[in-house]
Amino acid sequence: MRIFLAIYVFVVIAAVSILGFRGTTSTKPPLEVFPDMDRQARYKPQAENEFFADGRNDRPVPAGTVARGNYFNQKEVFSADFEDKRLGDTVLLEGKNADGSFVKKLPLEVSYELIEQGRQKYDIFCGACHGAAGDGKGVVQPYMVGAVPANYHDDRLRSVEDGYMFDVISNGFNQMLGLKDRLSPEERWAIVLYMRALQKSQNPVAEAGI
Amino acid sequence: MANVFPRWVNTIPIKVIVAIVLIKTAVVLGVTYYATPKYTRVGYAPTQPVAFSHALHAGQLEIDCRYCHTFVDRSEHSNVPGSNVCMSCHSMVRKDDPMLAPVRESYESGEPIPWVRVHKTPDYVYFNHSVHVNRGISCVECHGRVDEMDVVQHEKSFSMAFCLECHRNPEEYIRPVEEVYNLDWERPEGEAAEAEFEGFVHDWKVNPPQSCSGCHR
Ligand code: HEC
Ligand code: HEC
Ligand code: HEC
Ligand code: HEC
Ligand code: HEC
Ligand code: HEC
Repeated sequence: MRIFLAIYVFVVIAAVSILGFRGTTSTKPPLEVFPDMDRQARYKPQAENEFFADGRNDRPVPAGTVARGNYFNQKEVFSADFEDKRLGDTVLLEGKNADGSFVKKLPLEVSYELIEQGRQKYDIFCGACHGAAGDGKGVVQPYMVGAVPANYHDDRLRSVEDGYMFDVISNGFNQMLGLKDRLSPEERWAIVLYMRALQKSQNPVAEAGI
Repeated sequence: MANVFPRWVNTIPIKVIVAIVLIKTAVVLGVTYYATPKYTRVGYAPTQPVAFSHALHAGQLEIDCRYCHTFVDRSEHSNVPGSNVCMSCHSMVRKDDPMLAPVRESYESGEPIPWVRVHKTPDYVYFNHSVHVNRGISCVECHGRVDEMDVVQHEKSFSMAFCLECHRNPEEYIRPVEEVYNLDWERPEGEAAEAEFEGFVHDWKVNPPQSCSGCHR
């Protein structure tokens, strides 16, 4: 009995010291105790896939193709009487008129919801660099070497076309990279509208003159 | 007749019973403590190819989660950002830092950075980020204080009981939609606050599935 107890205590202590306690950090992948159907041959976003040579599940868009619809409107796209009205609409999608000049005024109906959406997206995607007030003093600005985020409150940027602003957001400007992969055209126009509101809020004198 | 068995043999049954009870207790306690996701998953913090720190970017710099995890409020999958997102800042910030060499290489070659996946539900579970996030369920409830982590670690167990605990009482976890991305929001206490949260559940018609087909579809 004494021998048994000694072994028992030894095994318990050994197990606890090897396995540790709950919640301790470890870099080893979690053990799946009963891995019945946990991992199936299934496509998941951003996952690995040995079938393709580059090992990626998400396929890049082949060159020279035009996207018809996307994840969000795929139901409509596959319906029989679907007509893509936006295809080729350069005013909405690129902020340019057919002759390549920038659109003067944004092509969407101005509403409180649109400006509110613009504020949200601006605070997420632009505020870190350009600052909440658009003065170019965001949190990241002090760390930047060789670039200064633009201050929107100068006469040049107050007088440019809405389409120009849209183009900067989509394709970037010098050091600033474009954000069209993360913002839909409507969201980009909403940001333009909000930037205009910011510019006016910081320049009330000129406003009174109009 | 002389005794065939010596006297100590009488204690064998009792010793066997004690031994069985002890072994059983140890095995049961061991399995309940160790063979659950609370032990196997919580604390999993793989070494990432780039020493990216949420404590710096999301905590100190206060960059919104959606700057990088852009589609968390629009789709079921919360995407991990591509290297172009990192480069939007790191083409100007710390341009030549050797820590960021893999990011620059990836940006130039188009090969993705091989981030190691931390949270993985089994493939027979259906999960959707946007329904949760747009109904006032914050990242903290499921991922913990990511904005204080230098290395992302698995905070919660993600067992079925964990999901159901909240699906049964959403009013204990729900918060105003504006505060979802603010991980250090403090939950107000008291009756007025509770009535407000119940109001959210009622007004937004929040109805989390508890039937099997809700999550196993
Ligand atoms: C990573 C930091 C960063 C982010 C995020 C960012 N910008 Fe910029 N932006 C810059 C920098 C830097 C410049 C100046 C570029 C230069 O002069 O080389 C700039 C310039 C601009 C300009 C001026 C263009 C001109 O003609 O002078 C506009 C307008 C602008 N940004 C709008 C935006 C908007 C709108 C957003 C959000 C959708 C945004 N930026 C997000 C860094 C950023
Ligand atoms: C600057 C970009 C950036 C920001 C901002 C950011 N993240 Fe991340 N996040 C990443 C990257 C890159 C990874 C993958 C590498 C890793 O796991 O550390 C990641 C991974 C994660 C993961 C683990 C994913 C997995 O593999 O299971 C979670 C959870 C997460 N982020 C939550 C958040 C939350 C919550 C916020 C907002 C407070 C946030 N992130 C803000 C870039 C970002
Ligand atoms: C909005 C701007 C921004 C974005 C986007 C961003 N970073 Fe950073 N990053 C910074 C700043 C600012 C610093 C701090 C620089 C300093 O302290 O000198 C930094 C520092 C770092 C460091 C060094 C940390 C250390 O301990 O010294 C690494 C590594 C890093 N970032 C990786 C990434 C990765 C990977 C991504 C993409 C998922 C990313 N960053 C996206 C702004 C950004
Ligand atoms: C209701 C719980 C819950 C909430 C709230 C939640 N997540 Fe998740 N998250 C999960 C689960 C479960 C997974 C694993 C999903 C899978 O395996 O497909 C996950 C995975 C992730 C991943 C890895 C990629 C993926 O989608 O599989 C990232 C990044 C992430 N979450 C970020 C976030 C951010 C940022 C927020 C807040 C805006 C958030 N999550 C809110 C439960 C949650
Ligand atoms: C902190 C609370 C919370 C946690 C934890 C949570 N959920 Fe939910 N979940 C909700 C709420 C609230 C809703 C209802 C949303 C609505 O009514 O639109 C919901 C809805 C859902 C739905 C229905 C989506 C749809 O399209 O109808 C699924 C599926 C789901 N959750 C899966 C999960 C899984 C799987 C987990 C565990 C990894 C989980 N949830 C963890 C709060 C939570
Ligand atoms: C809120 C979402 C949700 C609902 C509702 C739900 N489950 Fe689950 N279930 C899960 C998750 C998440 C897991 C994965 C747990 C894990 O990996 O630890 C799971 C795992 C399981 C497993 C596998 C357990 C294992 O470890 O092998 C079974 C069996 C199961 N569920 C049955 C059911 C049945 C039966 C119902 C209906 C009474 C149900 N589930 C309802 C989310 C749910």
